[in-house]
Amino acid sequence: MTPVYSDLENKIVLVTGASRGIGNTIVKALAKQKAHIVFNYRGNEAAAMELKEELESLGASKVSPLNFDITDFDKMKESLDAFVKENGNISGLVNNAGISKDQLVMRVKPEDIDSILGVNLKATMMLTNHLSRNFLRAKDVSVVNMSSIVGLMGNVSQSVYAASKAGVIGYTKSFAKELASRKIRCNAVCPGFIATQMTDELSDKAREEYQKSIPMGDFGSTEDVASLTLFLLSQASRYITGEVIKVDGGLYI
Amino acid sequence: MEMQEKVIKIVSDATKVEAGNIKGETNFIDDLNLDSLDMVEMMMKMEEEFGVEIPEDKTEELKTINDVTNFLKSNSN
Repeated sequence: MTPVYSDLENKIVLVTGASRGIGNTIVKALAKQKAHIVFNYRGNEAAAMELKEELESLGASKVSPLNFDITDFDKMKESLDAFVKENGNISGLVNNAGISKDQLVMRVKPEDIDSILGVNLKATMMLTNHLSRNFLRAKDVSVVNMSSIVGLMGNVSQSVYAASKAGVIGYTKSFAKELASRKIRCNAVCPGFIATQMTDELSDKAREEYQKSIPMGDFGSTEDVASLTLFLLSQASRYITGEVIKVDGGLYI
Repeated sequence: MEMQEKVIKIVSDATKVEAGNIKGETNFIDDLNLDSLDMVEMMMKMEEEFGVEIPEDKTEELKTINDVTNFLKSNSN
């Protein structure tokens, strides 16, 4: 069902958090579009090389794994600058890496706030800001920020995560406004309940409860999120910027 | 070509203002109506042309053609 976006062929797209979940499906979908995929990894080089091979076999025009942690800003800058110098400008960015720790508000520790906002919001901003000069030199630039419906509607036990994802939306709109005159686009995607390893671990009863709350009656798939991401990265969405799009089966209408 | 002339040519090409109307004391913001994002792009062009890095915090001090020329002169090899 996924269309072929011919402009994604050879497009250099950086995806964070590509090792699993939604990010992993996005890089695979990009590979099928023959994009040049760049992803970062922290420690596990063997797993990164395995993913590189898999993406190449799926059709990626090139795959460039970069070894940096998105919260290590000096290393991130050094690694990306070296990459751009050698390969040319990055014109697609998917800020997907994120962490969560569910807990009641009275149990939230300052360090939990620092780490969740640090990865989900600060690292997204630092990475995107750092690439903004590169974006000014590139063509057909599109940034896709992974937010969450929780950032729109809030959720029990997810106050910090929700705040970080709401922050991503504010950042997305500001970045979009600031750089729209240069045809640099930035949009946010808000997944709802998406079937991942995390939802697999739910009890049958919990699963049924969640499913009842979704008007379309079932969890979404990571492919549902990836197909919107491809559309937003492509020039098929060339006039769409600063937008927040839910992929949630009607959960938050 | 003198460095000042090169700077004026880059500015003229980017702003479409005739080179003859751009002087040493021409101010980017007041005279050429550039905004802060235009200035970032202008400084990026200077960096590419002259191979000199212009730190972001320095950009705000470079208000005129003379300021840029002097900065490039004192920082180029």
